[in-house]
Amino acid sequence: MTDFGKECGSGPAHVAGLDARLVVDRGGFRLDVALRVAPGDVVALLGPNGAGKTTALRALAGLTPLSSGHLRLDGTVLDGTPPEGRPVGVVFQDYLLFPHLTALDNVAFGPRCHGASKADARAQAARWLDRMGLAEHSGVKPRRLSGGQAQRVALARALATRPRLLLLDEPLAALDARTRLDVRAQLRRHLADFEAVAVLVTHDPLDAMVLADRLVVIEHGLVVQEGAPSDIARRPRTDYIARLVGLNLYKGRAEGHVVRLEAGHVITTTEELTGPAFVAFPPSAVTLYRERPTGSSARNLWRCEVAGLETHGDRVRADLTGGLPLVADLTTVAAAELDLRPGAPVWAAVKATQTHTYPA
Amino acid sequence: MTPRSVQRTLRAGAGAAVLLALSACSSPGGSSTPGSSASADGSGNVSGPVTVFAAASLKESFTALGKDFEKAHPGTKVTFSFGGSDTLAAGITGGAPADVFAAASPRTMAVVSDAGGVSGTPSTFVRNQLEIATLPGNPDRITSLKDLTGAGLKVVLCDRTVPCGAATQKALDAAGLELTPVSYEQDVKSALTKVELKEADASVVYRTDVEAAGDKVEGVEFPESADAVNDYPIALLKDAPNPAAAEEFVAYVRSAEGRKVLTGAGFLAP
Amino acid sequence: MSTPYRPDSGAEIRTGAGTRGGPGGRRARVGAGRGVPLPLLLPALAGLVFLLLPLTALLVRTPWRSLPEQLTSAEVWEALRLSLICASAATAVSLVLGVPLAWLLARAEFRGRGLVRALVTLPLVLPPVVGGVALLLALGRNGVVGQWLDSWFGITLPFTTAGVVVAEAFVAMPFLVISVEGTLRAADPRFEEAAMTLGASRFTAFRRVTLPLIMPGIAAGSVLAWARALGEFGATITFAGNFPGRTQTMPLAVYLALQNDPAAAVALSLVLLAVSVAVLAGLRDRWATVR
Repeated sequence: MTDFGKECGSGPAHVAGLDARLVVDRGGFRLDVALRVAPGDVVALLGPNGAGKTTALRALAGLTPLSSGHLRLDGTVLDGTPPEGRPVGVVFQDYLLFPHLTALDNVAFGPRCHGASKADARAQAARWLDRMGLAEHSGVKPRRLSGGQAQRVALARALATRPRLLLLDEPLAALDARTRLDVRAQLRRHLADFEAVAVLVTHDPLDAMVLADRLVVIEHGLVVQEGAPSDIARRPRTDYIARLVGLNLYKGRAEGHVVRLEAGHVITTTEELTGPAFVAFPPSAVTLYRERPTGSSARNLWRCEVAGLETHGDRVRADLTGGLPLVADLTTVAAAELDLRPGAPVWAAVKATQTHTYPA
Repeated sequence: MTPRSVQRTLRAGAGAAVLLALSACSSPGGSSTPGSSASADGSGNVSGPVTVFAAASLKESFTALGKDFEKAHPGTKVTFSFGGSDTLAAGITGGAPADVFAAASPRTMAVVSDAGGVSGTPSTFVRNQLEIATLPGNPDRITSLKDLTGAGLKVVLCDRTVPCGAATQKALDAAGLELTPVSYEQDVKSALTKVELKEADASVVYRTDVEAAGDKVEGVEFPESADAVNDYPIALLKDAPNPAAAEEFVAYVRSAEGRKVLTGAGFLAP
Repeated sequence: MSTPYRPDSGAEIRTGAGTRGGPGGRRARVGAGRGVPLPLLLPALAGLVFLLLPLTALLVRTPWRSLPEQLTSAEVWEALRLSLICASAATAVSLVLGVPLAWLLARAEFRGRGLVRALVTLPLVLPPVVGGVALLLALGRNGVVGQWLDSWFGITLPFTTAGVVVAEAFVAMPFLVISVEGTLRAADPRFEEAAMTLGASRFTAFRRVTLPLIMPGIAAGSVLAWARALGEFGATITFAGNFPGRTQTMPLAVYLALQNDPAAAVALSLVLLAVSVAVLAGLRDRWATVR
């Protein structure tokens, strides 16, 4: 990548970081995503399966050509550059470690391709493996590595070419739940150390929130919401995100302390707002009654019907239909006392103070 | 069992398969009376199928003879199996159901007669003589066997293990010549093909082959060929399924009409 | 960290079965021996007998007493040496041309790929003698291309050892191409992509990643091609002719011996068989340990 940075294309004067608009047309599917990421930032592309996250990643790596749009990295135009000419490192979903090479030679592969001598490439690789705490595994073939080790070798391999853009495709998806916790923490440390742009793709909101400084949520090939993880968790703007962060979400028109939903329901809130608005509240804010409560202070009360029940540890999540479709969390004991079962009629109450209203 | 008979048995199997295929193909147009495969009414009128195993060099002339024979004897159906004489002999001794065997050399006929497979005595019905086959127009001006030894000339010969190669060797010996070809071909047809395709400049083959090749090669006679004339014996086989018709066919081959067809193809009268 | 790394797809290619003798695989094989269902076992054994019976017959009827005398003839060793050299050279030619061709068929997208694949396998269905004639028409002294080879470079292939190699490669290469293409299709193309993101050109990715990955397929294809070339008869004798020491390979010697000395033919066949079995068995052991 010796010529990288010299050829400043038609783009604006040297802007550090990633500036891209990725448009990929592919038989009925269209991806159109704009991304701007400053060096040192980690951005997570979050979205359901088939949303186009991986396509976006492949477009960044040069493995899928852009139909239109642009791609600039530190001011250099990369639109037409083949993958091997881009200062990009990729950690693939199943790592794609070369099975015939040792961990060391996997990591040395990139430096070798960039012109380092065999000995030099191996020395570099050894340093990377050491940093990853894998020094004693350097002579091992990938199939003898555990999932977490393989993930770190893949990260070392991607970083060994000193990329200006690090791409991670579902970096934790191939791991079991226990390993995942450890690896996530380690990955977070390595990403924090990384001085250039990192983009990761995931469908797991927890991975996204732990690892990324900023989330870009993609649905059907388009960006539906982006921002800081805490902001997105507090103020989801689509049903998909609301489900991910575990909130009941409704869209309507705010008139002071009341939000009128499109279906005709009314939710009373404490925050004052006017115009198109979202109302969100957590499932734990919902209280259920078998009979219509008389002494409740709750301003919001709907008659519903239990559609389904799911156990999560010592809590039960009830899926309600009828008046207002919503999700309610209650203790197992409470669920038993209420004799909840599918088809049972219930009253759901939500206090106005537990709702959160924000402009749509 | 000697190794030779192992090989014969294997070949017989192959021969039988060929025959099966042939009879299956010929059945619709074959004898009109199902069940009666052969008959002779005693007055020289014969019918039924006749199976003839004949040397590959006889293909053109025997095919014509077969048609004539069927015309002359309505109700007969002649089927041929053409091939290398050795292969055919092995098939017959291995039990292939053939009526007539026409070989390209007395040696191969002897394989069958020594095994007691012949009814009566084989008789020579034609003879074949060697000829030099050159490219059309004889660009290398080859006029004698000696010319073939010229430098830069690509000559292919039959391998000494097959009849035409043995005959060629005999002629070369008679002429006192040493000839190193570029290749010893496995049979006379492939030797001829090399000249037809102009890969070789000349070859020594049978007159009948030169004749059959038309204008794709040019034949050059040479005196030493008289020392290496090949006799073609024909015989009725002992286990012939249709001996009456077979005998009639052998007679037809040896008749004046038969001889005319054969000499027309380049064979010599015995 | 205790779970072994088992990616759900692709990371290990699934070809060259049997050459990768992991402990799990070995256990599975032993287990399979006990519980083979009869409807599979009986035809399997019948198939084995069917394949081995002719070879056994060859052994039984070998003229062991005259064998030493048959085998001391210089022509036998000349033919054997020529056979081994030509089959190996034909395999080398097949590798150099066939592996890239297989890659093209497996990886490149172009119109008429199916047709090209069918054409590549044509020599498999073509009777070898016809293949030999076709080679003469193409590369012969008077052939479509051969006439130019002759007049420009003075190269004529028929009746030469090089001609034997050409004929054998023509017949044997499809085996290699098919085998390697199959392995390439089973191999995950994303390994090449991973290599490219690490700065490897497409060719480097092929050479340093794909090629080692498909080695079992290449080895298997080479063996098939070598074996086919070693036994090649029809195309060889038609295109290259038959001259001891130059173009007479073992199969040609066997065929011609069959004409008037079947005992010698059996002896020659035995030599060919013994040598090929020795080479193939030797190679297989080598891979088993290397892989």
